[in-house]
Amino acid sequence: MSLGPGSEAAARRAAEHAARQSYGRLLAYLVRSWRDVAAVEDAIGEAFARAIETWPLAGVPANPDAWLLVAARRRLMDAARSSRVRSEGLRSLLVTTPEQGEEADMLPDKRLELMFTCAHPALDPSIHAPLMLQTVLGLSAERIASSFLVSPDTMGRRLSRAKLRIRDIGLSFSAPEPEHLPQRMSGVTDAIYAAYGQGWDSIASDDVSIRGLSEEAIWLATVLVHAVPQDAEAQGLLALMLYCQSRAAARREDGRFVPFAEQDIARWDAAMIASAEHLLARSGQKRDPGRFQLEAAIQSAMIQSRVTGRDMRQPLLALHRGLLQFAPTIGNLVGHALALANLEGAGAGLDALDTLDASKVAGYQPYWVARAHLLEALGTAGKPAREALEKAIGLSEEPALRAHLQRRLASLGG
Amino acid sequence: MQYMMMFYETEAEFAKRNSASESPAYWGAWTAYIGELNRAGIVVKGDGLLPPSAATTVRLANGERLVQDGPVTASKEQLGGYFVIEVPDLDAALTWAARSPNLATGSTEVRPVLPPMNPTGQ
Repeated sequence: MSLGPGSEAAARRAAEHAARQSYGRLLAYLVRSWRDVAAVEDAIGEAFARAIETWPLAGVPANPDAWLLVAARRRLMDAARSSRVRSEGLRSLLVTTPEQGEEADMLPDKRLELMFTCAHPALDPSIHAPLMLQTVLGLSAERIASSFLVSPDTMGRRLSRAKLRIRDIGLSFSAPEPEHLPQRMSGVTDAIYAAYGQGWDSIASDDVSIRGLSEEAIWLATVLVHAVPQDAEAQGLLALMLYCQSRAAARREDGRFVPFAEQDIARWDAAMIASAEHLLARSGQKRDPGRFQLEAAIQSAMIQSRVTGRDMRQPLLALHRGLLQFAPTIGNLVGHALALANLEGAGAGLDALDTLDASKVAGYQPYWVARAHLLEALGTAGKPAREALEKAIGLSEEPALRAHLQRRLASLGG
Repeated sequence: MQYMMMFYETEAEFAKRNSASESPAYWGAWTAYIGELNRAGIVVKGDGLLPPSAATTVRLANGERLVQDGPVTASKEQLGGYFVIEVPDLDAALTWAARSPNLATGSTEVRPVLPPMNPTGQ
């Protein structure tokens, strides 16, 4: 029987679908007994390659996960047998390998444990997010590198070093003890947040379209929310990212940057906003507030003010104050100053900006945007406002945002 | 460490320098960027360059001197300027390179400056 190109394409799609769905599950499961992330990645990579080769001919197996698991494990065993150095690893693998039947139906989801390992305090925090993106989602070093502003080679080396370290210092792929759980959980959420808006410490107020791997980060947060439905901050984090993502299409008109207040709300993704609202409401019931829930609540209030026209300045200021209790980052301090200005006037906002650490704000672009905005609102446009805008322009990365600020500078005149 | 940031611009980008409608935005963006580089206190030296049409290239061909109009290579992006900056590491250099205004259409190359030769050869 000959199989046409159509069935080959179908098999490829099935393999790709399985890749997104199963990659992290397979890796998380295998690495628990093998403990060598790089070796497991190689084995899974080969299993996927073989799947793409054989499935078009033999048909897609009834349980693709089980097929891939068996193929990857066979590959690991072969590699171990051919390497005397790995003999210890093989022994431990043989000891801990569960019976075939046990896993044939459904692969237990150990991706949460894998995330905990990726965000382990024994690893450099800057590698947490890249490790998670690679191991849980199967992204290549090339794909991850640019959003972290490093070359693919460098990212590849950093990832390899981290994987060696995981193996050499003997990190286990298990959930932390309950007393360490909150701290370890914040390592995981911080890493996902970093993947979303790499570089900004407040993604909500800024345009992140050339940074970050926003869809991938949302995927990671979705996995997290399913794994720990009892964790309010995980839900807050996912809600926050969905709110931000819902406005992606409205941030540009004909390539021009459109600030929040001028966005066409018809171009916001209503379904995404509804999911975010639902998540935020669920997290609120847990009565365990945190920075991500507060940031999500700020997003929710901002969206409400645009949609309903209601005056949300008071609740927004209260939320910003609350947020500072949890995360007094430079981005959140700037956000608070703007919320204060909205309610009490530009002068109060400027006073708040003046209290910030000069060394921290010097290179922080959103600070200078905020400062220029408030000086302009105060009517003291002139030189100080121009200077602040020029600083913001000089620190901008995104061409559309830079052009927007340049238009504002031109409108200031002088 | 010292790094050279080399700003490569497209022909269209070079053309903005003398365009009545586009030159204010072009120079405004560079002035703001260079202003920030200077304020950060990291500039060792730097210059803008006249467009590639102003370049002259000298080479030897079959032992004979050959002088030609134009840059060494005819490529879509040409060197428009450079800055040597003193920063702790490549990450810091890339942070500044990512802000260079030519990135809208061109690219910026970052390369470490050759350290001074040790006269004893050790």
